[in-house]
Amino acid sequence: MAIDFNIMAGGEAGQGVQSVGMILAKAMAHGGLHVFADQDYESRVRGGHNFFRIRASDRDVLALSEELDILVALNKETIGLHSNELKSNGVIIYDQEQTKVDVQGGIYFNVPLAKLAEEKAKNKLMTNTVAVGAAAGLAGYDFNILASVLRNEFARHGEKIAEDNVVAAKAGFDFALEYGAQKLSQKIKPTSGNNKRMLLHGNEAIALGAMVGGCKFIAGYPMTPATSILEYIADKGRQYSAVAVHVEDEISAMNMAVGAGYAGARAMVATSGGGFCLMVEGLALAGMTETPVVVVLGQRPGPATGLPTRTEQGELWFALHAGHGEFPRAILAPATAEEAFYAMIKAFNLAEKYQTPVLVLTDHHLATSYATVERFDLKAVKIDRGELISDEESSRLNDYKRHLVTESGISPRALPGQGKALVVTDSDEHDEAGHMIEDGETRNQQNLKRLRKQDSLKAEIGSPKLHKTRNAEFTLIGWGSTYGAIREAADLLKKDGMPVNVLHISEIWPFPAEAISSALSKGTKSIVIESNATAQMANLIRRETGYKVNGTILKYDGRPFSPQEIVDRMKKEVT
Amino acid sequence: MVTVKDYAESIPIAWCPGCGNFAILQALRKALVELKTEPHQVLFVSGIGQAPKLPHYMQGNVFNGLHGRTLPAATGAKIANHELIVIGIDGDGGAYGEGVGHLLAAMRRNVNITYMAHNNQVYGLTKGQASPTSDLGFVTRTTPLGAGQPANPLALALSSDVSFLARGFAGDVEHLSELLKMGIEHRGFSLIDILQPCVSFNHKNTYQWYRERVYKLEDEGYDPGDKIGAFAKAQEWGDRIPIGLIYSKERPVYEEQLPALKKGPLVKQKIDPLQFEALLDEFM
Repeated sequence: MAIDFNIMAGGEAGQGVQSVGMILAKAMAHGGLHVFADQDYESRVRGGHNFFRIRASDRDVLALSEELDILVALNKETIGLHSNELKSNGVIIYDQEQTKVDVQGGIYFNVPLAKLAEEKAKNKLMTNTVAVGAAAGLAGYDFNILASVLRNEFARHGEKIAEDNVVAAKAGFDFALEYGAQKLSQKIKPTSGNNKRMLLHGNEAIALGAMVGGCKFIAGYPMTPATSILEYIADKGRQYSAVAVHVEDEISAMNMAVGAGYAGARAMVATSGGGFCLMVEGLALAGMTETPVVVVLGQRPGPATGLPTRTEQGELWFALHAGHGEFPRAILAPATAEEAFYAMIKAFNLAEKYQTPVLVLTDHHLATSYATVERFDLKAVKIDRGELISDEESSRLNDYKRHLVTESGISPRALPGQGKALVVTDSDEHDEAGHMIEDGETRNQQNLKRLRKQDSLKAEIGSPKLHKTRNAEFTLIGWGSTYGAIREAADLLKKDGMPVNVLHISEIWPFPAEAISSALSKGTKSIVIESNATAQMANLIRRETGYKVNGTILKYDGRPFSPQEIVDRMKKEVT
Repeated sequence: MVTVKDYAESIPIAWCPGCGNFAILQALRKALVELKTEPHQVLFVSGIGQAPKLPHYMQGNVFNGLHGRTLPAATGAKIANHELIVIGIDGDGGAYGEGVGHLLAAMRRNVNITYMAHNNQVYGLTKGQASPTSDLGFVTRTTPLGAGQPANPLALALSSDVSFLARGFAGDVEHLSELLKMGIEHRGFSLIDILQPCVSFNHKNTYQWYRERVYKLEDEGYDPGDKIGAFAKAQEWGDRIPIGLIYSKERPVYEEQLPALKKGPLVKQKIDPLQFEALLDEFM
């Protein structure tokens, strides 16, 4: 029987909700299951309400389901807020004494988490580990897999702590077997599938993709949801030769990355909308000086500070038009963690090949959601640095023109200090040699040269993914992180007798207008589904193809789409 | 053997006749030649204004970026290739106005960059508005009521424990050139504030005005290692104006602390995707 199991852990910030979730998620992944998980947290360090949701399945899962099999409630509020998300045969694990909840009924399973931690592991701090064990026990999962994950996770704290955690988990596991075995009929078993998948969130995939793609420099100022990218490269860069500079502001971050890019290091910034606002002048600087730079824009709801720990796709048009003046750019919007990894490598290649900024547009949902992915194939990674002049050539050049006008618009690129070539560039309009000019003819030549790069850049943009279903009446169109929810919604709609196609755009600019036009001319009704209030992609499609979509499903409350929500709204709003 | 001719401009210079920038340009060429530095070894980074045009009138690598953002761009380039001699060039608007936050951060960070702030106490490029260092009450079209309290760049730099601080005068090329040499040779960030007469828009702080006031610290047995004494000198402005080395202190240099640079400049390190297998393992 197919496995599709959903667990949520909820509690206050600081209660360890995320570690409960991560250990369970890893245990599932190590059992060969596909996992999708996300976290929902508030803009605060203590208190409030946080939860971590995990979905595990024997088939590839791309989104969360709304119905829970197990709810691990570390506090009373979790029960109040989420018990309605439980399946009719689901179970809530809670500690009656700790949560001071007095409830009755088949769905409640009182596990003395704190007491077991104290008695068995002699450490009340391991209360959460007891809860992990209880959830695994209730679900009938393999304890040995869980134990190995715990040993791995706690190894850095020493063997005693690691073993005590195993004891704590076992206490919860055994308790669940003894008193709760009949509570939950649906079980989750390890599968014979690949148990060597990676489990990582979108930002980890981005940071990893950046480093694998040769990123040597990142400058940044912490801002949700991009912070963990800077942190990851700061940490791993020490060993893997990348520098992360925590700067005074985002203006500095962008200009610093452009400086590093000019000098020849693959350089990037990662920020959210507010930080990107400060970077915009520097983005145009990269365009004008033809400097490669990669910008990760992790969207969250705006305007201004908005909802800092929530998700939105409200900056598509901002990304498209950010920067004064006209210059070429590419925009990639990966749909999944796996795509995010490869998108970063592509972004660095395009930035160097076309000597212009490349934006990778993500959002809070993609940045913070975990997914199992097949191990990345490093051998398949291709680094293309474009028309970079060799050291030997550079040592011979004594009349180098950084902005030489060429047919493709791409000028062979020397690096400062590489040889005798003097690399001169200017944020002012400049001549081929890089010196500032005033005359109109030179301006036109340089402006057109830069813009010509956009033509060949266009050919690099991949076509949208088209998933067809026989007899489809609708084509659901999405971009970026909504992919999982839309794909799963399509499966659910098919079961409900409403077959739909899915057209998903992961590479946005230069706009793949021909591919989209041809996909949309097939006679289905087109519905754009996106996380914003103004239908930015629907409008972009109209602008670029002339095609007016038949409808939109928009969401802008800061929460990601769920598959069921799309199904419900398709039925209610569209048909 | 590198000579001043190797640094000669290749395009016409667009400064006003008599501009203090000519003398600064001359001092910088002289300093680089005396340090036996070849143009391709140097990167000039500048922002916007009359002073930031200077790199175009030199020979070298040039990144002429945005107004006030010279130091971030210079920092990025220096970290990417720390073998380059990086010299930042701005006016008082870029250095002490638009870019002052970056200046504070750069002084704290202590990247090995030499930063020349051509301080003429007025905006030249935009034609005569007050600058952050204009004297109190300086009337311009944007400040008809007179400019407010001037910034004190020297005191500001000292408060960040800048590792090298000097003030030069465009009317004394020899002396300025020596200060530039010291700044370039200094390990860490060096700020060189340069008193620069503006013949078009500042009719108060003229060559004559400065000549009557400036004196050299080294002639007075001054100790540039004494931070309190340096603060005292930073307050002197009026009848006597000190020039020379104000403060110098050995501090850890930012890029020398970076483990990623131990194997050489980032730009010379090979990109090798296959080295990351162990990082993938961490997500298993």
